[in-house]
Amino acid sequence: MDDSVAEHNSSLRILIADDSDSDRLILKTLLKRLGHEVLDVANGLDAVSVFQQESPDLVLLDALMPIMDGMEAARQIKFLAGERLVPLIFLTSLSEAGALARCLEAGGDDFLGKPYNRIIIEAKIKAFNRMRLMHQTLSDQRDLIRERNRQLTEEQEIAKRVFDNVAHSGCLDAANIRYHASPQSIFNGDVLFASPRPAGGMLIFMGDFTGHGLPAAIGAMPVAEIFYGMANKGFNGQDVLREINQKLKRILPTGMFCCGAMIEADFKLNQAQIWNGGLPDGWLIRPSGEHLALPSRHLPLGILSPDQFNADFERVGAAPGDRVLMMTDGFLEFSDSAGNVFGEQGVTGTLDRLAAGDHPFDAMMSAVHRFTGTFEDGDDLTLCCLEMMDEAGLSTLPDRAAPSALAGPAEWRCTYEIRERTLGEFSPLPLLLHICMEVPGLRRKSGEIYTLLAELYNNALEHGVLELPSEWKHSPEGFGRYYAERNRRLANVEGHYIRFTLHHSLKPDGGRLRVVCEDSGQGFDFRNHPSVASGVSPAMSGRYAGRGLLLLKRLAETIRFHEQGNHVEIVYDWQFARTAENRDD
Amino acid sequence: MPIQTRRDDDGQTLVIRIEGRFDFSTHQAFRDAYEHGDPDIRYYIVDLSDTTYLDSSALGMLLLLRDYAGGDSARIVIENCNNDVRRILSISNFEQLFNIR
Repeated sequence: MDDSVAEHNSSLRILIADDSDSDRLILKTLLKRLGHEVLDVANGLDAVSVFQQESPDLVLLDALMPIMDGMEAARQIKFLAGERLVPLIFLTSLSEAGALARCLEAGGDDFLGKPYNRIIIEAKIKAFNRMRLMHQTLSDQRDLIRERNRQLTEEQEIAKRVFDNVAHSGCLDAANIRYHASPQSIFNGDVLFASPRPAGGMLIFMGDFTGHGLPAAIGAMPVAEIFYGMANKGFNGQDVLREINQKLKRILPTGMFCCGAMIEADFKLNQAQIWNGGLPDGWLIRPSGEHLALPSRHLPLGILSPDQFNADFERVGAAPGDRVLMMTDGFLEFSDSAGNVFGEQGVTGTLDRLAAGDHPFDAMMSAVHRFTGTFEDGDDLTLCCLEMMDEAGLSTLPDRAAPSALAGPAEWRCTYEIRERTLGEFSPLPLLLHICMEVPGLRRKSGEIYTLLAELYNNALEHGVLELPSEWKHSPEGFGRYYAERNRRLANVEGHYIRFTLHHSLKPDGGRLRVVCEDSGQGFDFRNHPSVASGVSPAMSGRYAGRGLLLLKRLAETIRFHEQGNHVEIVYDWQFARTAENRDD
Repeated sequence: MPIQTRRDDDGQTLVIRIEGRFDFSTHQAFRDAYEHGDPDIRYYIVDLSDTTYLDSSALGMLLLLRDYAGGDSARIVIENCNNDVRRILSISNFEQLFNIR
């Protein structure tokens, strides 16, 4: 750039159009002596065609010429120059103001009076050259910015597609989830993930990274990977959050973090568990419109070290039809034309006015819409509403493709036992599920397998080892008491174990998984237990509350109790997929 | 200057006072306010009495200060927050990390 500037300074290519041969010669000689290259013509028409061929840096035009006068030539030259600034100076002996003004209107930038003054000419050419170069620099920079911006937009588009593939592999489109996320939300730092849990129920994560653009987007990738990876394997919300927190703490620079909330919905127990770290209040909304705040009780993710991190969820009873609403703070920061923000008052006001039957998601969106007046671009918000439902009403999630049953282990047996305090600190379910999922034929059944394992394990732990009476769970007060007592007893477990023995073998038409779950508890009188005996009435007493046992009976081929009731054996059969089911997605 | 610093009488406390909006635009000034490496400073007071607004990047800056001042052993007081500012600090549960009064 500097070189070309220097070159331009020393020598310009200048076009002169003047019908007076003597004037033209004088000017040409003068300009050549100043070191410029000179092109000269005698009328406007030639000026235009030479301009087109030679693209000079500067044009000196006589106003009055035959064939085509200076005014018309100026108009055409300016048109041909387009965005390029080519200074155009009229050479004139005219002194009438109106005539001079017309020269400028035609596109001229200045005049030079005849007869010529060498010093004035030199100064004007220098001044216009400076202007020309400045214009050139600005144009180049504008073009560069435009190009960079195009590249950036293109890169963001690609990054967004990659991210969408990672982030939207879940169940955000399930019938019981309504959400709004701006298409570019990832570059606002907002993320929203949802995944079905193998045991039934759903896990939802909403996050809001500090900052905008690429830095905010980068943190989202590992969070998506962790969330979907762990949720699929049956880890609970606490484990997923701990993992996300420790990952973000490790990779994000101090000062960058992720406000987030996780909802773990259990449609079987009719409860939702919520963890909110730094997002605005979430809400549990009953069909009647009654609502309960779910405030942030934790620091955002990525700040505390793993040993300081608190992944305690808040547990609320939530029946089918109840809804959980979460939002990022972009929602509260909406402002109207007068600069007032929607804020928490906007949210609570909308919720207070909810009539029975209103969907809170729609109510909230239209409230913001009304508030801002406009609601098109730049909507930097994420809003998500999960509706609790009857588990049976949840459309079953698509089976995984049935892979060849020949691959993977078919004949195997393993025993896994956890003891003592580990019972309270570690769930063996993801590990056990993982082992079972090595069998291709079982992979399509991960939900059922997980449910079987989870029912067996929870019964063994809560009723066998901890001796918690399940009837407590049937009243709201008992519910809290049950879980408080569960935690208390877990912390003091001594002399206990739970042992799983898994045994898989092939059959001509599929395979058979045998699961034995033994625990060190007292067991129960299964011979006289109504659910075991009749298999119909879910009795509300004893070790099994009925629901769990019925579920086991429904899913498994057989269920048998041994010893004093602390030794349960179930058999689960699977068949090779028929070709019709062999769909791949 | 939107950010002013002074040493308290004991010479061991640095008081950082932020006027107006505490957001990303004050990033460099806020860092300059404490990063002058005076070895005598042991306590920090972030005075928000004239702070009208605070965003998440300001929360990030507070975390940077906390790191600089020794992480878990940092002694930082955040004081005189207005209601809006106080609310943002408490949504993020920053009272777990800072002494807010």
